[in-house]
Amino acid sequence: MKVYLDNGTTTQVAEEVIDAMLPYFTEKFGHPIFVYSLGQEAADAVEKTQEIIAKTINAKPGEIIFTSGATESNDLAIRGIAYANREKGNHIITTRVENPSVLRVCEKLERDGFRIDYLDVDPQGFVNLDQLQNLINEKTILVSVMHVNDEIGTIEPIKEIGKILREQKHKIYFHVNAAASYARVPIDVERMSIDAMSISAHKIHGPKGVGALYLRENTPIEPITYGYISLFKLKPGTENVPAIVGFGKAAELAFDGFEKNVEHMRKLRDKLMAGIEEKIQHVMLHGPRGDKRSPANVNYSFKYVEGESVLLHLDLNGISVATGSACSTRKLEPSHVLTAIGVKPEVAHGAIRFTLSRYNTAEEIEYVLEVLPRVIDNLRKISPIKPGAF
Amino acid sequence: MPVEYTERSLLKYTQQVIELFRNPKNVGEMENPTVTATEGDAQCGDMMQMSLKIENDKIVDAKFLSFGCAANIATGSIVTELVKGKTVDEAEKLSIKEISSALGGLPALKMHCAVLAYKTLKKAIQEYRQKNVEGEKQPHT
Repeated sequence: MKVYLDNGTTTQVAEEVIDAMLPYFTEKFGHPIFVYSLGQEAADAVEKTQEIIAKTINAKPGEIIFTSGATESNDLAIRGIAYANREKGNHIITTRVENPSVLRVCEKLERDGFRIDYLDVDPQGFVNLDQLQNLINEKTILVSVMHVNDEIGTIEPIKEIGKILREQKHKIYFHVNAAASYARVPIDVERMSIDAMSISAHKIHGPKGVGALYLRENTPIEPITYGYISLFKLKPGTENVPAIVGFGKAAELAFDGFEKNVEHMRKLRDKLMAGIEEKIQHVMLHGPRGDKRSPANVNYSFKYVEGESVLLHLDLNGISVATGSACSTRKLEPSHVLTAIGVKPEVAHGAIRFTLSRYNTAEEIEYVLEVLPRVIDNLRKISPIKPGAF
Repeated sequence: MPVEYTERSLLKYTQQVIELFRNPKNVGEMENPTVTATEGDAQCGDMMQMSLKIENDKIVDAKFLSFGCAANIATGSIVTELVKGKTVDEAEKLSIKEISSALGGLPALKMHCAVLAYKTLKKAIQEYRQKNVEGEKQPHT
């Protein structure tokens, strides 16, 4: 049996998405900036996708810019807003648990003379709102907080943060990386007071290489790449029209039965969590339980075993998962998120992340619950660390 | 500014490594070992314990336990295989290069796993020699 439980990393493209994309490679291949009908057809398709995406987050179609993915959206939003508001201040606040596509951008801004403060998180991964209040000063121009933590599924209090920022004497722009929450947790950019937000198609059964930046009207921003301007001033170059069309279709599919899809994932999540806790000893859940956890995320450490070994044994049984273990990364350090929530390195090395999609089934979860206890048991048998060691 | 590694080869395992990871040899606890050594620690994410049974300076049995990744488990398997039947002097000469090539090569980022198995073996041999020296010092009864 093949079971894909790494949907937080990327997802399979839905067949309807491929069908929607195909004509835009062949008969509808025009460049959207040109006035002849082939070009206009392509431009219409891009505009229609803007409308679809805007509707899913309560934005206006003109506030949607297509990018190559959430990584580029994060970079454009954070650096673009920082550079455009430099005269007003050089202080930015983010969190210790952001995705590298935010953290590396912030480090670049530090080298450019900006001052970055990183919010701490509690053991479940929630940011500290008092600390945010205390860090805000007259130089603060931007706050960037992820909506759902991609590793441990924590749903951050975005609405509350938006409210805090709205109540300040001067304008502080609010960027949200919603790559892990889009189509999983409801988003309303108005209600949440969000000025800029990053999303990605390949996390919602759309194609890779396309994403979007929601940017509130009249938000001062500078481009970070320069060149030939087609439809978007902030994103030079010819639009990837087939991918944009696919993104739109993927969003339509995800939001058509949003409640049903979310409920389906939540049920599978709870089934998997209950099964792990019932069948395997010495486990530690990372992130919160219940409504404040993404319906698509399950993350446990299996103590006394190492994550990459678990991952590869599951792979040999047809199951794809992710790990927070150092050994699976290029840096040989355990996950920065697990470190930030206070997980000891020896425990972080045994962390396994399972991320669900609407295509997963109860039978798949049952299969995982059959294989996983055996894999953990076998690895514990060959481990020199005995239960109770930590 | 240093550019981060992007080459796939840095993390890609050979078929030999995967096969030994799947079915490691000589894994488990040993009864009455001559010497047992542990290297690495859980905090760093890899740890190995190796036990040797030595008779007349010849390694007659070797076993290991591993808390680590596939490379760690595969190297534990290959090192214990390579030293079985060798004299202690011969086993001591085993090099990291030999270990790695017996596995069909290791991804660059996993070389430290081969080093860990190598270090555990060296430590076990060292402890064996120390034990022997101490043993010789004891007055005959």
